[in-house]
Amino acid sequence: MSNSSLLLDDPGWVIALKGLLIFVLCVVLTLLSVWGERRIVARMQMRLGPNRVGPFGIVQALADGVKLALKEDIIPKAADRAVFILAPIISATTCFMAFAVIPMTGKVNFFGEETVMQLTDLPVGVLYVLATASIGVYGIVLAGWSSGSTYPLLGGLRSSAQVISYEIAMGLSFVGVFIYAGSMSTGDIIASQSTWWNVVVLFPSFAIYVISMVGETNRAPFDLAEAEGELVGGFHTEYSSLKFALFFLAEYVNIIAVSALATTLFLGGPSAPPGLGFTSDWLGGWFSFIWFFLKVFGFFFFFVWLRGTLPRLRYDQFMKFGWKVLIPVNVAWILVVATLRLMTQQGASQFMIAAFTGGVVLAVLFAMSVYDSTKKKAEERSRYVGEMPEPSFPVPALPSIKKADE
Amino acid sequence: MNPYVPIFVIGAIGFGFAAFSVVAGALSGPKRYNRAKLDAYECGIEPSPQAQGGGRFPVKYFLTAMLFIIFDIEIVFLYPWAVSYDALGLFGLVEMVIFILTVFVAYTYVWRRGGLEWD
Repeated sequence: MSNSSLLLDDPGWVIALKGLLIFVLCVVLTLLSVWGERRIVARMQMRLGPNRVGPFGIVQALADGVKLALKEDIIPKAADRAVFILAPIISATTCFMAFAVIPMTGKVNFFGEETVMQLTDLPVGVLYVLATASIGVYGIVLAGWSSGSTYPLLGGLRSSAQVISYEIAMGLSFVGVFIYAGSMSTGDIIASQSTWWNVVVLFPSFAIYVISMVGETNRAPFDLAEAEGELVGGFHTEYSSLKFALFFLAEYVNIIAVSALATTLFLGGPSAPPGLGFTSDWLGGWFSFIWFFLKVFGFFFFFVWLRGTLPRLRYDQFMKFGWKVLIPVNVAWILVVATLRLMTQQGASQFMIAAFTGGVVLAVLFAMSVYDSTKKKAEERSRYVGEMPEPSFPVPALPSIKKADE
Repeated sequence: MNPYVPIFVIGAIGFGFAAFSVVAGALSGPKRYNRAKLDAYECGIEPSPQAQGGGRFPVKYFLTAMLFIIFDIEIVFLYPWAVSYDALGLFGLVEMVIFILTVFVAYTYVWRRGGLEWD
């Protein structure tokens, strides 16, 4: 039975309870991940990190939240009050909505109701996640605009330009998954990965998705919206108290959301790793949540790892990478996937498929070598200064040149 | 039940939480008036006077938004094609190659005209 038919007969109370559970899970995971990030990045920098509040400092993030609630809520004089208050609400609302279509467990018994730990299974599930991410950009750009201050405006513009640029790369990386699954519903996509996870079949799509999800969530090394040296805090510079906390919450919920989406699309969602399929019935199906959680945590650790390892990119390099590398590579890869899929569908021989794959690999190698040689030539050309042209304005005779004439 | 209803459930929960936080934040903190505190933050100097909304900003951002729309529409065409790809067969592949080639004429044009350069 597919996820959508299991979910369609959910009574109202199950939906309400599941919605509440997903919300609580998001908030708790945010508190844990703020603490986890600080601890992990501290270890990477040979420090201890927060370890005072509660055992191992685990309630540090909660304490920070309480502290923020007790701070003065400042609305600057120049701010557009209504929009200034609305912006964090938009950010925080949309970040939770993406979780509605993420399946977190396999088939489970939910207080006597046979269901899946997923709020709803839309036929356009992944498109819906992209849509909520797009609405989330409104929160950022309105926050920057309504602050009536220079740094937030620039930060908000940068941030939105960055998010929409990487959204294209992200959107294109889904196409391969849709071709293989024949559906945009998250439940069907997971079902289509029963033999091979998409991370194996569509590795380039996975790699592009992982890069663009870091850009999409404004995280290091792509955290240009919050480049302290250039823009202070970025779009939320003027925010304080719980309004700031909402942006902070939205950022971390977004990180978990893109990780959960990556898990769903490329790592088989809550299904067990190969060879451990017998665990899917443990605890009445609830054990599959552990696999889901472990995969999401893997992505989260990757985010922290990146932050602890890489310096921030320059903005022009970052935009150039998104527009000039990720998009063409992505489109070319989509055509390769489509051709391969068509060949297997039409029953092409193994030899034909191998020949096509070999041709693609050779073409990629050729393109890379051509790119390298043109880059090298351009570098040599830029190093050669040559004769200076005669300036169009009068220049006083330089003593050194006179000397050379004599 | 309509599969779109649960979206509004989680949306309402999220909105309720966010609205509550904004109101609670406004009520729970202290309020001490200070003229400097209400000024725009500019690293300690007197804030520069500016039009509402920050006045002018680089046109590059607008250009990026326009390019985004072009490629987003490309994606809009790609998704239904990908979902029903198995039914379309060779015809679908050839059609999509032609479509992508036409989009890439525009892409090459923008690239050559420097629309993708940031500076």
